[in-house]
Amino acid sequence: MATGYFFPHRHILGIDHLSAEDIEHILTIAESFKEISARPIKKVPTLRGNTIINLFFEPSTRTRLSFEVAAKRMSADTFNISASTSSATKGETLIDTARNITAMRPDIIIIRHAYSGAPHMLTRYVDAAIINAGDGTHEHPSQGLLDMMTVREHKGRLEGLKIAIIGDIMHSRVAHSNILGFTRMGSRVHVFGPATLLPPGLDRLGATVCTSLEEAVRDADVVMTLRIQKERQNDPLLPSFREYAREYGVTREVVALARPDALVMHPGPVNRGIELMPDVADGPRSVILDQVTNGVAVRMALLYLVTGNT
Amino acid sequence: MAENWLIKDGRIIDPKNGIDRQGDLLVLEGRIAAEGTPVPASARVVDASGCWVVPGLVDMHVHLREPGEEYKEDILSGTRAAAAGGFTAVVCMPNTRPVNDCRAVTEMILERARQGSARVYPVAAISQGSRGERLAEFGELKKAGAVGVSDDGLPVRDSQLMRRAMEYAGDFGLTVISHCEEPSLATGVMNEGEVATRLGLKGIPAAAESIMVYRDIALAEQTGRKVHIAHVSTAMSVELIRSARARGVRVSAETTPHYFTLTDEAVEGYNTLAKMNPPLRTEADRQAIRQALADGTFDAIATDHAPHSVLEKEVEFDLAANGIIGLETSLPLALALVREGLIDPRRLVELMSTGPAAVLGLSAGSLAAGAAADITVIDPEAIFTYTEDQVVSRSRNSPFLGWRLQGRAVLTMVDGRVTFSRLET
Ligand SMILES: [Zn+2]
Repeated sequence: MATGYFFPHRHILGIDHLSAEDIEHILTIAESFKEISARPIKKVPTLRGNTIINLFFEPSTRTRLSFEVAAKRMSADTFNISASTSSATKGETLIDTARNITAMRPDIIIIRHAYSGAPHMLTRYVDAAIINAGDGTHEHPSQGLLDMMTVREHKGRLEGLKIAIIGDIMHSRVAHSNILGFTRMGSRVHVFGPATLLPPGLDRLGATVCTSLEEAVRDADVVMTLRIQKERQNDPLLPSFREYAREYGVTREVVALARPDALVMHPGPVNRGIELMPDVADGPRSVILDQVTNGVAVRMALLYLVTGNT
Repeated sequence: MAENWLIKDGRIIDPKNGIDRQGDLLVLEGRIAAEGTPVPASARVVDASGCWVVPGLVDMHVHLREPGEEYKEDILSGTRAAAAGGFTAVVCMPNTRPVNDCRAVTEMILERARQGSARVYPVAAISQGSRGERLAEFGELKKAGAVGVSDDGLPVRDSQLMRRAMEYAGDFGLTVISHCEEPSLATGVMNEGEVATRLGLKGIPAAAESIMVYRDIALAEQTGRKVHIAHVSTAMSVELIRSARARGVRVSAETTPHYFTLTDEAVEGYNTLAKMNPPLRTEADRQAIRQALADGTFDAIATDHAPHSVLEKEVEFDLAANGIIGLETSLPLALALVREGLIDPRRLVELMSTGPAAVLGLSAGSLAAGAAADITVIDPEAIFTYTEDQVVSRSRNSPFLGWRLQGRAVLTMVDGRVTFSRLET
């Protein structure tokens, strides 16, 4: 890494706080860690003696497992606290929980929470480094970083690429992190979805809001679809999955509008046949499994950096 | 026992009586004395040089939390905060526990207020329990001392109920005060827009307010009755109110210091002290609100003083209670508008005293001879930083903590009795 650069963040709360230089640094370190996962003995002593708590207030197998694998490969001690086993269900507040956990002197707390801003709040009450593993509809920074890593691995660069993000932009923390991240790295992010799922101000975040699926996908280098949910809290967002699949689903014909070497991505889990057709999800352009592999490497890099390494 | 006071060398600003003069004001036996009345030797002298002497300020929208939530505020602590902010009268909303929807609660509030540091005028509920179903007994509530009716905090969904409330309230000379939000649209936690999108917080569109403002204007126009729109936050609401007033609809309106001072950017960092209902809006809305304060569209600046403890505020943003305290910062924030040249001191007094008194028919807002000596002395220049240890209210949920403010009340007097003073007297 270039001399004179120090990773300036104690917490990873969102891509919004990261500069292009920070992202570049994280991806470079993640790429170097990827090799560890390919070794016969997939373990380095880097974080030996560190205590990492996975504090998950929302069910998640994939992200939690990915962080846990990352921590174990770096020899940290990890503890999982999920909403069902923690006292959060007994009316204990996030602050109470945080204070109790602090007594265990963790070095890093990885938090997943249903409310946007919960990781920010945690930083005010605990000493540990906080990594946001997804908060409400705000951000999911490690997912955004692993998506950028995956694209860069295949394309050799991020600058100048056209990234099409299709679907429920409003409720997707992955979309928010990706819009901010890819834009910061010089990609052109085009978004499209039903108007009911496009929040105001996306243009101010740096995205181009398209008026048709074709406009979004044409000549794209990456076609990313998002998991769709039919309704939230009595808000009639969509009439049916059937209609969504017909009007907004990413089919082979849609992908054909993109560049011939375009990548198909999805943060998972995929509703096959709704937002993404099975032949596309499992097709030759899909890099969905690479996303999973890179997830571990990116999370190793984040654990490494927030513990003060550079 | 009321004392006699000579408030010397102040700038006396009394827009209701067309007065703006430099000089002395004499208070005898709790009342304003006529100019030229001989000063008795017993009169205590207040040096008001460099200060404004104005009719006592009136806040027409506060939540005193008593009965039911005294850990946040009660009538004594709330009126102490009022006096410290320069207010001699406050109008308290009925969303207490129990709701002020009957004579017993109204009388209890008035009874407790006798020991308070400001006059308290209760607003009673529009509907029984503020459940939005049946009208409360306005006749009885009026007799008990209510000055208006409102289901503040819970917008009246049912348009027929709102129409009947306006008609029936008019029979008793009560003004209906409307918290305007269309509930099905107002399901978010902050203003809908770029900031909400960036923070991943659910937005409340400006239309949620303006739809209800228009409905209530239409009902007031239909019935020929009065309606008062509480805490206006959007440019569109301002436009609707301005045009309704121009065609003679009996609509009055208030806004709050936070809507003319802050925007939704204040939520940045998930600041729950910037969470209120209606939410802080955009810069364009803020500018429209400021314009409407200057051009006469608004009758009053009210605080919507809403005390909450850390239990309600030191939580995830989505779960945090709405509202901030405002009694102690309203005057300095309004004085900033004067310094910026947006309004003159006379207009400030209209907005903070005469105007709200007129909307609710209160005998406040005048320094005429014989009037009760409800007086606020303001030092418009005093610079101070508003810190937590200065807060008089029982709760400290203010987004203005740490702000450097200019101008404040230095003496507050009700019926010639000093309720707050920073002066040597
Ligand atoms: Zn209200």
